[in-house]
Amino acid sequence: MTADKLLVTIFGVGLTALIWWFFFGKKEEVVEAKGEVDIVVEGGYKPAIISLSKNKKTVLRITRRDPNSCLEEIIIPEFKIKKYLPLGRTVEISITPQKQGEFEFHCGMNMYHGKIVVE
Amino acid sequence: MDKASQKTKKETVRKVSFPVIGMHCASCARLIERRLKRVPGVVSCSVNYASEQAVVEYTPEVGGKDLSDAVSELGYKAILEKEVEKESLEDIEKIKEEEKRKELDDLKIKVVFSSILSILIFLGSFPEWFGFLPKFLSSSFVLLILATPVQFWAGRKFYQATWSGLRNRAASMDTLVAIGTSAAYGYSLFSTFFGGHLYFDTSSVIITLILLGRYLEAKAKMHTSSAIKRLLGLQAKTARALFVKAEGFKAKNWNKDGKYEEKDIPIESLEVGDIIRVRPGEKIPTDGVIIEGLSSIDESMVTGESLPVDKKIGDGVIGGTINKTGSFIFRATKVGSQTMLSQIVKMVAEAQSSKAPIQRLADTVSSYFVPIVLILAVLTFVVWYDLGYPKEAFVNMIATLIIACPCAMGLATPTAIMVATGKGAEKGILVKDAASLEIAKRAKVVVFDKTGTLTQGKPKVTDILPFDYSSSSSMGINDLLQIAASLEKGSEHALGEAILEKAKVEKLEVKEAEEFRSHPGMGIEGKVGGRFYVLGNRNLLNKKGIKIEEKVERQVNKLEEEGKTVVFLAEGKKLIGVIAIADVLKNGVKEVIKGLNKRGIETWMITGDSQRVAKAIAKKAGIQNVLAEVLPEQKAEKVKELKGVQEKVVAFVGDGVNDAPALASADIGIAMGTGTDVAIETAGIILLNRDITSVLTAFDLSRITLSVIKQNLFWAFGYNVVLIPVAMGILYPVFGLLLNPALAAFAMAASSISVVGNSLRLKGMKI
Repeated sequence: MTADKLLVTIFGVGLTALIWWFFFGKKEEVVEAKGEVDIVVEGGYKPAIISLSKNKKTVLRITRRDPNSCLEEIIIPEFKIKKYLPLGRTVEISITPQKQGEFEFHCGMNMYHGKIVVE
Repeated sequence: MDKASQKTKKETVRKVSFPVIGMHCASCARLIERRLKRVPGVVSCSVNYASEQAVVEYTPEVGGKDLSDAVSELGYKAILEKEVEKESLEDIEKIKEEEKRKELDDLKIKVVFSSILSILIFLGSFPEWFGFLPKFLSSSFVLLILATPVQFWAGRKFYQATWSGLRNRAASMDTLVAIGTSAAYGYSLFSTFFGGHLYFDTSSVIITLILLGRYLEAKAKMHTSSAIKRLLGLQAKTARALFVKAEGFKAKNWNKDGKYEEKDIPIESLEVGDIIRVRPGEKIPTDGVIIEGLSSIDESMVTGESLPVDKKIGDGVIGGTINKTGSFIFRATKVGSQTMLSQIVKMVAEAQSSKAPIQRLADTVSSYFVPIVLILAVLTFVVWYDLGYPKEAFVNMIATLIIACPCAMGLATPTAIMVATGKGAEKGILVKDAASLEIAKRAKVVVFDKTGTLTQGKPKVTDILPFDYSSSSSMGINDLLQIAASLEKGSEHALGEAILEKAKVEKLEVKEAEEFRSHPGMGIEGKVGGRFYVLGNRNLLNKKGIKIEEKVERQVNKLEEEGKTVVFLAEGKKLIGVIAIADVLKNGVKEVIKGLNKRGIETWMITGDSQRVAKAIAKKAGIQNVLAEVLPEQKAEKVKELKGVQEKVVAFVGDGVNDAPALASADIGIAMGTGTDVAIETAGIILLNRDITSVLTAFDLSRITLSVIKQNLFWAFGYNVVLIPVAMGILYPVFGLLLNPALAAFAMAASSISVVGNSLRLKGMKI
């Protein structure tokens, strides 16, 4: 194996590991919503994991700052919510979880994800 | 929280949102929030600094003034005119449409512009094919100048999305496009100055094709959500409200001789109790009850009921439907978000946002998809490079990045669900969630409630048999009916109502009964025209010691075998006739049962009626299995038993209040629209058009939708599973085939569009 090939191989393997770590190795912070929580949509959801209390109404105040049309809708299947998020405007979604568990939410094309943890 | 308490909470807590002026920082918002929360009766409150809006939930004792006073106390101003719902769905739809139009316009300009440049770049990149073109077009610097705006102006969105995604350690479709085209552009940029192969054609053509794909996809997607737009469009904008003349306030009581003036007022200012006039050809502005006049109303747009419905005083009207012939006055009973139309819109919107279980796999895959493709692209490069093909390594890496299409997977199920729920709503079939639509297809047992579902729910007199023997006076059919009706006068019993209805149809005079006495569960007795009569069932005859002759018994048995309920009429101790009453099957029941059997679905009927009556009706309908003498509260148990024993997917079709538990315990509950709210709440599918044949349509809709979803998923998965390896160059060793990255861009764009297109096919399908 020539030096350049060796270099490419090492670099490639390193890059693969980096991609893996970068996308799958992140630790999400769980944010506790105390009756309400502000979520900013910018290249994903910040915060992406929200913990709520069962049977307690929580208002999610969502503001989209990202013009990417992928993120223009937020879908929370468990609560049958699909909302269009006009750019730069805050949209309020009220939910009252009735059971415990982890419920995913995601963008209209299901590429950006977040989670609602009901405790 | 259980549903009941949730409901009461909904009814007592009101919500208002209003602008607040004068805030200059986020802490002002917190201050106002804290103050408002202290107002007695305010349940919750949130003030948003960015939107300058306050949202307050409060109990009815709080007045608008309490809220505005609290705000002005702090030196801010609340613009509180009237109670308004949160930003309505209609507003959001409008904003969305506006933004979509802007996006489409923007995309169009970019597609046209980058198409022109890309064609020039393409021509210039292959001087050996297009020798007739001026030489300067092939200069690497000219190509660089042409490719740069395509890369950074037309393709700006890809970079924006990639950047914001990466900051969040997330990646999307755009990441792949941005990295793929940047690699091609960057390498070419290097080659322009230091010599080497140019890939400007690749980068530009990819961006152009993907933008074109996005444009077409966005256009197609606008059609998938047209159902909600159509429903929202049904809403009237104004209402002709009656105002008390001279006083100038809205009339709340209707008096024929009263003096009123009519004013057109915006629909938003309508209140419950308002009196509204509707003229022929006009849209009915909201839900209410007719208090004057009669008309024929076309309700097809809301309920799917194809024939106009005749309405008279006391009948309900639905907002959004069209008044055909007469002019009438009605009292608003529901306004704003409480109207049937608003509820339908809400339900359709909710259904479109729910998730079909079949989507789960696609969900799991798509959350790992983009990073995996990135890794595959890196490995492609490494392997090809190590094998001694640096040029192919580069091209194949780009092709791999570009060909991958997570969008198709993301779109496969939701677009089909959207189109299907919209199509259903058009036909008066409301699907409450995607899961119901999916499960309906698998139903193997359908249990029908009898009364009100299979039958009209309104018993009718079917036979009147006078016994003309040894009686002092010979009775005719009408005489018999008149006596029975006179005894039943004022009765609220279903059988009594049927007799009275029949007398009314025959235009018989109903007389006053004297010495009237009721025997609960058995019948009644009393004097009509000076003679003493007994009207009731066999038990009452026994009690009174009235004998039934064998000849009569035979006739009665025959009637009962036909599923009819028999009422005996005796004058003194002599039986003078019988009246048979039966609930009539709805039109189309037989076809539905036949259709279900043809589809291999078992049919059951559940009823509180006696075995004999139940069996007779089931036979008429063609239903194979009968569960008779079931008390209302046992219905759910029976449905559960069926589920357990058969281990088959069970659907329950019903309408009444007492059907709610059964609807909920079935795998899929189908409620007839005429039913009560409770039944509808627990059902998965609602037949607003009150047409039993829609049960078949609903099953067909489910079947067709599922097949479209499966095609979509198969296509979306198949596409990626087959073409990603092809792009990586797997066919090269055997067939010498490599995928051109531009071709990959074309395939990628086509795959998303084809999935949306396939879903849209549902619109045109006949069900």
